Amino acid sequence: MAKQQLVITQLYPSQMNIYGDNGNAQIIRRRAELYGYQTKTMAYNSYDDIDALTQADLILGGGGQDSGQRAILKDLQRIRPTLLSLAEGKVPMLMICGLYQLFGHYFTTRDGDKLDGIGLFDMVTVGGDRRLIGNAVVDSEEFGELIGYENHSGITTLGDNQASLGQVIQGYGNDGHGVDEGAVRYAAVGTYLHGPVLSKNPRLADWLIMRAVERKFGKTKLTPADETTRAELAKLDRFIDRARTVAKSRPQ
Amino acid sequence: MLLVSWIGKIIIALSRGLGRGHGSALPGLVVEKLYPNFLGRLLGRLPDGVVLISGTNGKTTTTKIVADLLRTDGYRVFTNTSGSNFTRGVISAALSQMKRGKLEADIAVLELDEAYATRFVDQVRPRYALLLNVFRDQLDRFGEIDHTADLLKYVAEKTSGVVVLNEDDPRIRRISRDAQVKAKIAWFGYDGQASQYYTSDDELHSQKVVASKSVSKQSVRVVGLNDNVATYQLADETRSVKLRLFGIHNALNCAAALSLVRQIEGDKFAMERVVDNLGKIRPAFGRGEIILVGDASVQLILVKNPSGFQLSLNSASGSPVMIAINDAYADGRDVSWLWDVSFVGLANVDYVSGVRADDMAIRLTYDGVPCANIETDISVATRRFVKKLGRGDGQIFATYTAMLKIRDVLEQMSNEVNNG
Repeated sequence: MAKQQLVITQLYPSQMNIYGDNGNAQIIRRRAELYGYQTKTMAYNSYDDIDALTQADLILGGGGQDSGQRAILKDLQRIRPTLLSLAEGKVPMLMICGLYQLFGHYFTTRDGDKLDGIGLFDMVTVGGDRRLIGNAVVDSEEFGELIGYENHSGITTLGDNQASLGQVIQGYGNDGHGVDEGAVRYAAVGTYLHGPVLSKNPRLADWLIMRAVERKFGKTKLTPADETTRAELAKLDRFIDRARTVAKSRPQ
Repeated sequence: MLLVSWIGKIIIALSRGLGRGHGSALPGLVVEKLYPNFLGRLLGRLPDGVVLISGTNGKTTTTKIVADLLRTDGYRVFTNTSGSNFTRGVISAALSQMKRGKLEADIAVLELDEAYATRFVDQVRPRYALLLNVFRDQLDRFGEIDHTADLLKYVAEKTSGVVVLNEDDPRIRRISRDAQVKAKIAWFGYDGQASQYYTSDDELHSQKVVASKSVSKQSVRVVGLNDNVATYQLADETRSVKLRLFGIHNALNCAAALSLVRQIEGDKFAMERVVDNLGKIRPAFGRGEIILVGDASVQLILVKNPSGFQLSLNSASGSPVMIAINDAYADGRDVSWLWDVSFVGLANVDYVSGVRADDMAIRLTYDGVPCANIETDISVATRRFVKKLGRGDGQIFATYTAMLKIRDVLEQMSNEVNNG
């Protein structure tokens, strides 16, 4: 029997891909394969064919510089309705840093420019005057302890009914005061965490794959494809456990 | 000047006596307080002026190349050694070389970190600046890549004579169009057969190929690369040389050095002689240096950022590999950058080490590269790795503080072997 296929689409990879965020796509691809799925990776850049989005089973977006954010703004408004309807349709999404900010209502830069977002998350961001940098630990009900690396100057405020990804244990979080971090709506997750975030948080990675698999094939469980892939996943788990312990012990 | 230099020298002697390394920051700090324009006064007297070299990758090696080339041609060169590429480090380096209150040099060739370079040019206007490249590096220190390019633009604006620019780096090339830059512009780059080996930062991060360069006949270019034989072209003249330096990126740094030295030497510059001299230059500290331990030959390669790591891997020899990743401030605390490097070209890695050994192991595993041994203790890993080499060659890729540690261990091992 031919393997079932998942389409993984990277959103604006030409502009929004700093701090190793491309790694998230690689991790999703590899883990999905270890669970027995074939993967196809697509890229959606400005003015590309919208099929790359509508065919996606999972959408990933990364961080970018201010200049990268400006470059995609116009196109982002063009695809806004598509992204919102995909999100409502529970397509899993992971948006990091720069694209996380633009999944809110808007981002006002330090120069006072207002960059319009798509408003999937009920939140607004303002450019701050210091960079919030360091190893971060976030406690999430759904995903356990999330470990990553923050590097942003935007200050993000969530609306009253907007769920966060979790509570900050170490680090600055959304608003720089170490309260909450990230946002979740439908199956879309936004966060400031790099690392890339999925490298040390396999639960989050598997949750995204699970949502995609559930939606497309009605499956409710991820199981290793065979003994070899089971061993490979176990090996990764060992490395990840130790890397998490080390990251938590490092200075912020 | 005489008094200040004495005070500085005394502090250097004291801090060495106290075992504080080479005392590279403290004397600079004190002298800066006592004599605020010390550097400006001291370096302003040099007959051939000050050369400033900056950029993300290749500062240390290029500075060494330029200094070595000029020395061979008879210049008395003052230069700062690696690890002191900030203003106070330059002061300390100057103090230790001063005699009777004077710096006996014709020209200063200084490597400066992008952020420190802007502070330096406020004190000392360089006659020459060589701006190598801007890659995404050490973002946790400088913020974003465009900001780093702005720092270098400021350096160009403050340069009085000639600014040497990389024609293949779009952010560096753009500096030539800045109205505030009054200096003459000279170029270096790559072309022809050598082009296939190089990528700019934008190309590294997207599939798109960046627009072709403007053609200046006066650019010094590396046009051919075959093993370690590099071919350089200036106008209609082409010369080849076998380099001892490691890696294709250093072949490009040599083009940068040639273009700069040509500007400094003027009519005295002869392509044939200077290219020949390139072949005599040995790698700088930890930058492809080869250290012999008994019958084993270990090459130590500093990696600081994705582009540098990728370029070094492209020059990997196929011999056994160890990778050591630390996350101290000097290494960069964020290890995300390892995910912007592709390791698929490696058949396997013998040892991963350093504080972030497990992060590296995760990275390699997702790239399908087996790693046989994970040992966070750098001393232990280095010893075991070298032992396994027997009579063979090996390569160690290491971040800055890991490289320093490994170098110590290798020297220790080498002494142990020699002493019996």
